Amino acid sequence: MSESKGLIKSHLVKKYWMAFTGLFLCLFLVGHLAGNLQLFIPGYSGQLQFNEYAVFMTTNPLIKIMSYVTYFSILFHAVDGLVISIANKKARPEKYAYSKPGNNSIWSSRNMGILGTVILVYIVIHMQNFWYKFKFGTPPHMTAEDGVSPLLQDGTAVKGGIVENGEVMLNGENMGAVMGDLYTIVLESFQNPIIVAFYVLGMIAIGFHLVHGFQSGFQSLGLRNKKYTPIVSKLGYAFAVIVPLLFALIPIYMFIAA
Amino acid sequence: MSQAKGLNLTLKIWRQQNAKSKGKIETYQIENISPDSSFLEMLDILNTELIDKGEIPVEFDHDCREGICGSCSLYINGEPHGPGKRITTCQLHMRSFKDGDTIYIEPWRAAAFPIVKDLIVDRSAFDRIQHAGGYISVNTSGNTVDANATPIDKHDADEAFNSATCIGCGACVAACKNASASLFVSAKISQYALLPQGQVEAKDRVLNMVKQAEKEGFGPCSNTGACEVECPKGISLENIARMNREFLAASIS
Repeated sequence: MSESKGLIKSHLVKKYWMAFTGLFLCLFLVGHLAGNLQLFIPGYSGQLQFNEYAVFMTTNPLIKIMSYVTYFSILFHAVDGLVISIANKKARPEKYAYSKPGNNSIWSSRNMGILGTVILVYIVIHMQNFWYKFKFGTPPHMTAEDGVSPLLQDGTAVKGGIVENGEVMLNGENMGAVMGDLYTIVLESFQNPIIVAFYVLGMIAIGFHLVHGFQSGFQSLGLRNKKYTPIVSKLGYAFAVIVPLLFALIPIYMFIAA
Repeated sequence: MSQAKGLNLTLKIWRQQNAKSKGKIETYQIENISPDSSFLEMLDILNTELIDKGEIPVEFDHDCREGICGSCSLYINGEPHGPGKRITTCQLHMRSFKDGDTIYIEPWRAAAFPIVKDLIVDRSAFDRIQHAGGYISVNTSGNTVDANATPIDKHDADEAFNSATCIGCGACVAACKNASASLFVSAKISQYALLPQGQVEAKDRVLNMVKQAEKEGFGPCSNTGACEVECPKGISLENIARMNREFLAASIS
């Protein structure tokens, strides 16, 4: 006799997707952070390791699939969030004349839409800064320690090789694609204090978003009990502080270290 | 015995003639209010003064004045049921305020709770949500089985009772930034979901009650937790998680 098919047009289903994509993006943050922490390795070896990692990330088919899942999650999370925000506003057309929301809820929990919008703008600019430049621009290429011989993507140095359109040429013969130098793009970007400040602000927004979002995701999916929820709550706070903090230290470190 | 000094207060009260008219905040001065009087008694005093002056008294909902019926509402100084915790407006006393205070008194604000007059809102949306599934079907044709004949885990029984203490006042909706009724709906679902008697209709109950709440125009839940803080009966967010679980399970099975 059940005439209602819950999965169609329900606020709750939108919340499930919000939670599911959000928690997936938390996993993405961990992976992204683990990769980026290599930027803390000093000297040529750090530069080489990071650029080898960049080759892996841009060529591995499994990573490719994951990257599309991530892009989709970000877009879905944003659009779903917008739809939910509109429904939120619609449910209270006339505001209170006097309200003290701080007495019963944290600021983050009431401003996820604003924080999300800031983060979306951050992601677009971040992608333009690195991903777009590396993929569609003419990025610098990686050389062997002599500073002259270009490196192939597998790390082989080509003595006397020259780089043309991203390919290493030796005596007119194509030796293969050159290893791009994403490390230098990152290093040069973070010499600009405005960009450094922008990245730090972006991470603060992500931190506040996570303070509420992490544990809220579990609640939306109904994953709550007396034993584990206090742990999830504490883990959420730790995640919201540690992950954005480590991310934010990268531009600061590169600005100071260079 | 020395009597406590009376309070002089400025009241900013939402006045609205009827559902269709446009309302506004009106300012009233009231003097020498005993700190021992209840908030509703203070409004009674105001109304007596207004009637004496030939003005129209302020309409507000109330019934038992014992914190049980769920009739009284009022969004007082930015919080449902005022500054106290775990109390309804009728249990709020003027000693919670200081002499010279300005007190804002507004109705619950939600698309699903249209204003009837002044501070009274139409909460029949809650009744319709209940009708959509907040019951169990029992054959009462003369051979009814004693409810106590069914053994129930003490913990589950206590939890079900905690959920059943919801008086349906609507403070959760009033407190929520999205005017979501999730705490109310989930309490009404939980009180049956936790008991064996509620299992037969469990699936339809959660699907139909959630659907009805959305149809009434209550917003989505943002998990801010404001409802739990403001609920006069201390209904836990645990209920909302249970509702979310049950709805998900019922939707995909």
